[in-house]
Amino acid sequence: MQSKMKESDPILEVENLSASTDNLPILKGVSLTVYPGEIHAIMGRNGCGKSTLSKIIAGHPSYNITNGDIKFLGENINSLEPEERSQSGIFLGFQYPIEIPGVSNLEFLRVSTNARRKFLNKEELDTFDFEELVKEKLEIVKMDQAFLSRSVNQGFSGGEKKRNEILQMALLEPKIAILDETDSGLDIDALRIVASGIKKISNAQTGIILITHYQRLLDEIKPNYVHVMSDGQIIKTGESDLATELEEKGYEWTDNFIKET
Amino acid sequence: MVNENLVKDVVKEPYKYGFVTDIETEKIEKGLNEDIIKLISQKKEEPKFLLDFRLKAFKKWQKMKEPDWAALGYKKIDYQDIIYYSAPKQKEKISSLDEVDPKLLETFDKLGIPLTEQKKLTNVAVDAVFDSVSIATTFREELAEHGVIFCSISEAVKNHADLIEKYLGTVVPASDNYFAALNSAVFSDGSFVYIPKGVTCPMDLSSYFRINSGDSGQFERTLIIAEESSSVSYLEGCTAPMFDTNTLHAAVVELIALDDASIKYSTVQNWYAGDEEGVGGIFNFVTKRGKCLGKRSKISWSQVETGSAITWKYPSCLLLGEESVGEFYSVALTNNLQQADTGTKMIHIGPKTKSTIVSKGISAGNSKNSYRGLVKMGTKATGSRNYSQCDSMLIGDQASANTFPYIKSQQPNSEIEHEASTCRISEDQLFYLQSRGIEFEEAVSMMVSGFCRDVFNQLPMEFAAEADKLLALKLEGSVG
Repeated sequence: MQSKMKESDPILEVENLSASTDNLPILKGVSLTVYPGEIHAIMGRNGCGKSTLSKIIAGHPSYNITNGDIKFLGENINSLEPEERSQSGIFLGFQYPIEIPGVSNLEFLRVSTNARRKFLNKEELDTFDFEELVKEKLEIVKMDQAFLSRSVNQGFSGGEKKRNEILQMALLEPKIAILDETDSGLDIDALRIVASGIKKISNAQTGIILITHYQRLLDEIKPNYVHVMSDGQIIKTGESDLATELEEKGYEWTDNFIKET
Repeated sequence: MVNENLVKDVVKEPYKYGFVTDIETEKIEKGLNEDIIKLISQKKEEPKFLLDFRLKAFKKWQKMKEPDWAALGYKKIDYQDIIYYSAPKQKEKISSLDEVDPKLLETFDKLGIPLTEQKKLTNVAVDAVFDSVSIATTFREELAEHGVIFCSISEAVKNHADLIEKYLGTVVPASDNYFAALNSAVFSDGSFVYIPKGVTCPMDLSSYFRINSGDSGQFERTLIIAEESSSVSYLEGCTAPMFDTNTLHAAVVELIALDDASIKYSTVQNWYAGDEEGVGGIFNFVTKRGKCLGKRSKISWSQVETGSAITWKYPSCLLLGEESVGEFYSVALTNNLQQADTGTKMIHIGPKTKSTIVSKGISAGNSKNSYRGLVKMGTKATGSRNYSQCDSMLIGDQASANTFPYIKSQQPNSEIEHEASTCRISEDQLFYLQSRGIEFEEAVSMMVSGFCRDVFNQLPMEFAAEADKLLALKLEGSVG
């Protein structure tokens, strides 16, 4: 099965990526390749650079790439704007989704979805057609329609915010989704809803990167690969049992690893 | 920071209305004295009571001092270096639009205010004012059938002198403030509206003010009277060409609402704001006030202020009638080196009066945006209520926002509520929207529109769309 996957071209290639913010190096040579249908988990302590990696892939302007490349579907995207990356199919699920007062969630979702549809040469949806689509997708995350008329993420509980992120993922149908601690702050029921949502949206053509501290999300969504990050580097890569081992032994265990490659 | 620069680019303002109409004008000499005032009055063939009104105002003005309490800084205005009357040359009496200089019609066409019979807006009657005179008023006959008078104030002086004499200066007396006194002495043209008892005005009324000449001031005067149980919605728009000198605009607007009458007054102000270095632009010193004279009367101000180098403006309500209602909804956007000191006064005099203030200030560039408001509960204002909400939004790190709320209550049995907030469009918010495929400019304009939503909801339909577009335009830049 493994070799069959590799017959197709990779979705995402991160090659020896180094990056800094305010001249402070955060990433120190990260390499990661995601093929269609693969699920990768990135684990590591707070401050190890895993959130930064996700933001840089999405194009956050606060970070400078000092070395290395990010390739998406074979094209270098180092200098693309965040909106161009999103339109072409890169999705970042935020650890802390941002509140946008006064902007209706429905309108936000519609403008966002249409930006992606435009890129795909699909017809843009008017308010009525979009409402049909969004109602369908609300099912996936078991969200109430009332969320649509509220301001983006404003006054949402932690769990509601995370579900709103997955709703966006469902609408945008990305080629690759990077989910930054989507499991944090969720109770068991919400975690199951979110996890089953992610599974429903992903397929053999999409790639997923799960950034997490905990095993429990990986119990719901089994990764093909687990990477452990420390001090801006991936220090160990293994299969899903690496996460179990990590859960048992703690991050102290990883301190002994010598950087691989 | 990358985004800081982008924000600067985005808020660069292209001004679409900066053209000058090349037209022969009749101007009087610069300067201000009694002879000039007599000359203006004579040119307008005014009755004696009005000349007396002007001269009295001028005497008061001479004794007054230009106010300096506003949070504004500007070069001192030389009042002797201004032309106080400027009018496009045309036939003495115009009986139909066909006789209006085509250049003038073309000007208003370009501004999106077509006046000719074939092209005029279908659901709005327009009074078009060019420098010191009113050019044309549409739908007059149709309105007259309902008894509604809508004409220039100069015509009203001739044809409805009784109403002018009865009401002019009763809401904003000449002695009210420095700029009101100046306006009372030299006012040129403006609109007059009279809605008779029991009439709901069948269409929106609108005045469009255009400053064309660079060295003359504009001093318009508007008077709106709504008799018992009548109602009217009035819209006002303003633009001016780009000059590198400052032009003074000192208007006075007076509204009077009798028992159960309601007046909705909406403004989209887009005077030329000066360039990025703060050269040129209109000095906008305006006194607008409404008197809720009657029981259960209502006056509602809504304004979208995006232009002018300096804005000094406090549309206010005097709530005299029992259970009368005053409202103020404002969006003020400043950019580059613009300065705005704007807000409202809600003076509760009668019992059970109610007022609502919603103010949204947006400052970008190096601009300065202040809200200044007074809520006063008089001794007889028992059971009265006020709610104020003043929000500021900062774009970039060079702009400033102030809020100066003044609250005076002499009536313990009344309620005053004030809420204020300041926010900044953060890099994280922009990144969040961008990471969902939304372009940077659209992201900024979505957030600004969202911030202003409470006010836009109050604007008449056709104006709300225009206001939204105008803000987007102001924030449109050279990105991409």
